[in-house]
Amino acid sequence: MTKLKPHLSLGGIGVFAVLLLAVAPSVLTDHWLSNLGKYCCWAIAAVGIGLAWGRGGMLVMGQGVFFALGAYSMAMHLTLETAGDGVPGFMVLYDPLAPLPAFWEPFRSTAFTLLAIVVLPVVAAGILGYALFKRRVKGAYFAILTQALAVALATLVSSTIRETGGDTGLSDFKYFFGYVLNDPANRTMVYLITAGLLVACLLVVWQLYRSRFGELLVATRDAEERVRFLGYDPANVKLVAFVGAALMASIGGAMFVPIVGIITPAEIGAAASILMIAGVAFGGRASLFGPALGAIAVGWGQSSLGSTWPEGWTYIIGLLFIVVILFLPKGLSSLPARFRAARRGPGEPLAAPAATRQLEGVTS
Amino acid sequence: MTTPSSSGDSLVVTDLHVEFSGFVAVGGVSFDAHPGEVRFLIGPNGAGKTTCIDAITGLSAATGSAKLGEQELLGRPVHKIVRLGVGRTFQTASVFNELSVLQNLDIAAGRHRRWTSLLRTRRGVDPSIMQALEETGLVDELATPAGILSHGQKQWLEIAMLLVQDAQVLLLDEPVAGMSHDERTATGELLQRIAAKRIVLVVEHDMDFMRRYATRVTVLHQGKVLSQGTVAEVQADPKVQEVYLGTAGAATTAAMAAVPEEAAAELANLQEEDSHA
Repeated sequence: MTKLKPHLSLGGIGVFAVLLLAVAPSVLTDHWLSNLGKYCCWAIAAVGIGLAWGRGGMLVMGQGVFFALGAYSMAMHLTLETAGDGVPGFMVLYDPLAPLPAFWEPFRSTAFTLLAIVVLPVVAAGILGYALFKRRVKGAYFAILTQALAVALATLVSSTIRETGGDTGLSDFKYFFGYVLNDPANRTMVYLITAGLLVACLLVVWQLYRSRFGELLVATRDAEERVRFLGYDPANVKLVAFVGAALMASIGGAMFVPIVGIITPAEIGAAASILMIAGVAFGGRASLFGPALGAIAVGWGQSSLGSTWPEGWTYIIGLLFIVVILFLPKGLSSLPARFRAARRGPGEPLAAPAATRQLEGVTS
Repeated sequence: MTTPSSSGDSLVVTDLHVEFSGFVAVGGVSFDAHPGEVRFLIGPNGAGKTTCIDAITGLSAATGSAKLGEQELLGRPVHKIVRLGVGRTFQTASVFNELSVLQNLDIAAGRHRRWTSLLRTRRGVDPSIMQALEETGLVDELATPAGILSHGQKQWLEIAMLLVQDAQVLLLDEPVAGMSHDERTATGELLQRIAAKRIVLVVEHDMDFMRRYATRVTVLHQGKVLSQGTVAEVQADPKVQEVYLGTAGAATTAAMAAVPEEAAAELANLQEEDSHA
């Protein structure tokens, strides 16, 4: 857990920040910059999954729920901003005289929207996590429950066409807090905010991982009972990680909306939630950079391969997932360490048990 | 609402009952333990020794009473009981294998810290941790991952964690199982030192270890207290001899069948040694 020197990691975040914030905008075309922004949104959610799953051992299969809280909060605000004083266009389609649903009204306010993006996931994850962890729900039960929530929320959104746009989702946003979204300069700004938030999230987990809380979280993951017998309530430790992960998913979702320009139930449902997990597993769930890089890689694969060979992409991602979990349970980020161990010579006694334990963690 | 007990308090267990869906594992056990003595809880397999500890630490639901000083322990959640100053170890050493010895101890020390300190990085080593390391002879293993410690060292690390945790009551479940003779001696002496200021209650199978370090002994049999007293008193008790060896009379075969051979052999061994002395 303490393999990377803390300052080496900090330097890594610095390099990452320079690449994202300075190099990418000057090298990439507008199209790819916007794509990279989209990957960054998934990466923000992935950093949270790394915290909850990689370090906390909670397989959060329904991060789409919290992604949706942020995304729809933002989307409602941007829709209202575009609609001006009137009612959003899609609502008028069904009933020209319909009033704005009551829960939309507060999202006219910028402050309320920003607050909602932060507070909604914290409250939702807080209540959900408290109920689950105090009752000691864990392992597969926890994973299935979160997954079911993502399915339920996506279904709810699909079925409430009048209030949420249903399967068509919310789209055609013209403004982002007053800035015209069609302007390339403004689009670059939105990208920079997203990339900046990703770097900020990385800094937060970097400090969390090297703090006492990080050690306690790993201890809780590996031996929850023992932690209880040290006088801690493991439920509280897990709750903090779970809420943190939810908040990051919400932030990722919120930035997804202005960058991609549309949010639909397909982006928050079971498949989307699993794709977020796939990126994290691919990159290395317990490492600092693994989740973010994995999510960016999976996102890139989806838009390059997924658009040229859509029917094959699903199989490729499935195959990758299997291969990584079978042969690289700690993800691609464990490759350098493995390479070094292989060069130092065979018979590294610690590698094998550690690997099996990781695999057990994945399957349990 | 939960204030840790002050040192000097005694652990008093009265009429403890534990049932597992109809099966009475512990049926009315009473004993007490005071600072300054190394208290042993012995008995054949299935006598309910570990279940007693589980009940006191909140792991198993129980009726009756277990008081530390004025505080009732039964009915509280596990981590609250720990915060009252009751610590325990397990038959299989359960340390955090992926963390270093120092990190293990640091986590154990954490319950005395404010939660804000959790967000900061550890700097230096707490004096209480250094003291516990010296006490248990683990100073040289500070940076060693706990997973590669020897079996005996893991048990010592667990005891060190209890010391750092500042537990007033140490409930130790077979602390010397699987240890070499030298390690047993070191552990026994360690327990005697610890017991000067704290309550030490040891569940053991090892009769030789019990004989060497016990101040007072409670013998459990089928969930009930069979005998209680000093080592000599307990050994002289005909009821204890009956449980471990069977009486010379008619009930012998039945009693022998009920007693695990290992325990019987241990007691036979113990009495043999005693007659030599």
